[in-house]
Amino acid sequence: MAVIRDVMPAFDLLQPSSAAEAQQLLEQNGADAWVMAGGLDSFDWLKDRIKKPQVLVDLSGVDELRGIRMSGAGVEIGAMTTLTEIANHDEIKKNYGVLSDAVSMVASPQIRNQGTLGGNVSQDVRCWYYRGGWPCYRAGGNICYADTPVGRNREHAIFGANRCVAVHPSDSVPALIALDAKFVVQTAKGERVVDAEDYFVGPEDDITKINMLQPGDLLTAIRIPSTWSGAKFYFEKVRDRNVWDFPLMNVASAIKLSGGNIDQARIAVNAVSPRPMRLKAVEDAVLGKPANAETGEMAGRLAVQGAVPLQFNAYKIPLMRNLVKRAIAGGQEAAA
Amino acid sequence: MSFLQWATSPWGQSVPTHIAWSLIWIAVIFGFCFMVVHSLYLIIVKPPKRFAERKAEAAAAGVPDRVPRHTLTARMFHWVMAASMITLLITAFLPKVGIQFNWVVYHWIAGLVLTASILFHVVHSTFFLDFWSIWPDRTDLTDAKNRTLRFFGKDAPLPSKFAKYPLENKLYHGSVMLAGLAVIGTGLFMMKRVETGIFVRNPYLFSDMTWGWMYVLHGLAGVGFIGLTLVHIYMGLRPEKLPITKSMIFGWMSRDFYLEEHDTERWAVKGAPETKRGLAASDGD
Repeated sequence: MAVIRDVMPAFDLLQPSSAAEAQQLLEQNGADAWVMAGGLDSFDWLKDRIKKPQVLVDLSGVDELRGIRMSGAGVEIGAMTTLTEIANHDEIKKNYGVLSDAVSMVASPQIRNQGTLGGNVSQDVRCWYYRGGWPCYRAGGNICYADTPVGRNREHAIFGANRCVAVHPSDSVPALIALDAKFVVQTAKGERVVDAEDYFVGPEDDITKINMLQPGDLLTAIRIPSTWSGAKFYFEKVRDRNVWDFPLMNVASAIKLSGGNIDQARIAVNAVSPRPMRLKAVEDAVLGKPANAETGEMAGRLAVQGAVPLQFNAYKIPLMRNLVKRAIAGGQEAAA
Repeated sequence: MSFLQWATSPWGQSVPTHIAWSLIWIAVIFGFCFMVVHSLYLIIVKPPKRFAERKAEAAAAGVPDRVPRHTLTARMFHWVMAASMITLLITAFLPKVGIQFNWVVYHWIAGLVLTASILFHVVHSTFFLDFWSIWPDRTDLTDAKNRTLRFFGKDAPLPSKFAKYPLENKLYHGSVMLAGLAVIGTGLFMMKRVETGIFVRNPYLFSDMTWGWMYVLHGLAGVGFIGLTLVHIYMGLRPEKLPITKSMIFGWMSRDFYLEEHDTERWAVKGAPETKRGLAASDGD
């Protein structure tokens, strides 16, 4: 049982000054190392004494991991770039507005000033029981406390549950999936670039992990191709407290229209499943159709097919249906 | 080194959750050590095969060229059980050693196949085969004692030839039976913890402590099967045992091998293999 303590467990603090040095340190220390970006997720774990790494690799001194670099091919955002920088960046606001909308809804201004894009996409799940230090499946035990008849699972998954029912909590990830972003990972064998949706790992594949990073790997940047620059974007986040909260659900879409009809579309939702969900079937179904309420209605119904609610989260099904509808038709059109 | 993983339950109770996964490697190392030691023993010591002569071997005249040993039904059971066991081992332990895939569904389906095959085997062997042929009898124990005494250079009578199954086979069968009962008994209850579509999930069926020990027993029997399976495959591939392995594929063994290894009174084969009588007399299980 977790008891909040102010004193963190002892660890060796390593502060590299380059990405290569950071990756080398991570490789040397393997599973004993903990990567800290903005520290917002890390300090929760450390102060609760639930995670007890031997070594903490602090990336705050690695300047090359910061910054937004525009090019003809798109934009590359360093993993240590703060969410505030991204939200306020003119080019991103202009051409990739769905990302600036998404990151500007993360938590509070203070947290966005400190939180990084790499940290936001790599943060761990928010299940009460897991975070509380209970020996659940994700923590290496043999039970899911949330998926029990009296478990508190209002915030949990309606898709993709496989023993663990926790959801991925990031706001930026659906936007990055909609933009067809690529995650750049530095490994011992060199650089590896993966599609945004492939960065995440579901419990069916590895119940104790949330992304594909292996010990020694380092997320260095996220590249957004220019393919979707200037498309019609939509982002919406639903949360209990609009001033500051994790999402109950969020949705992001990027749509290209041709003659009033949908020519290309990418749609993703988060906080519905242990890993962010790209709605490929919905994307295929709306092609060639007008981006209106009728198409959105159809898309919403399709999106929730196969949803399995838990004891206290059935509301997520109509919520997802409506969010997807609005992601296709736009907020005003969907309400008409 | 701890053999179990412990955790603190929400009620502050220290409960076991799993075996220590390092036991996987201990089981693998045991299996390979057995192979090496056994191979070296046969290569270096070259123990002679010596059995007591029996008058009953006059009955050899009636032994057919192909001695029926396992019926098609029995062979199918064996290979279905083997396939399900290999699937269970792969799906259980590869994710624990770093090869991640969606294993849970395949694991419980293979577990159900194993359970069904074992239930079938219990009925089949009890009512349609010679049930006692796989259990050690007094002769086996006497021969084991004599073989042990002779191994240590003591004066003891030569052992008899084997019945249908050598004592080693019988002991192996007993070990597999115990481990099998443990994994099946615990595994069926563990299916109540995951969504299968067969049972209604009920993680509260037992206390955390009972669940914990159930997972430990399942794990111990599981790693036991790693060693048992390695040893079984090794023995099945040994040149001197190949006739027995082939009999599990084709159903029969040669007359020469039968007469060399088996006691015609303890395992009587009557008539030619193509006759119904001959097959029944040799059980074919």
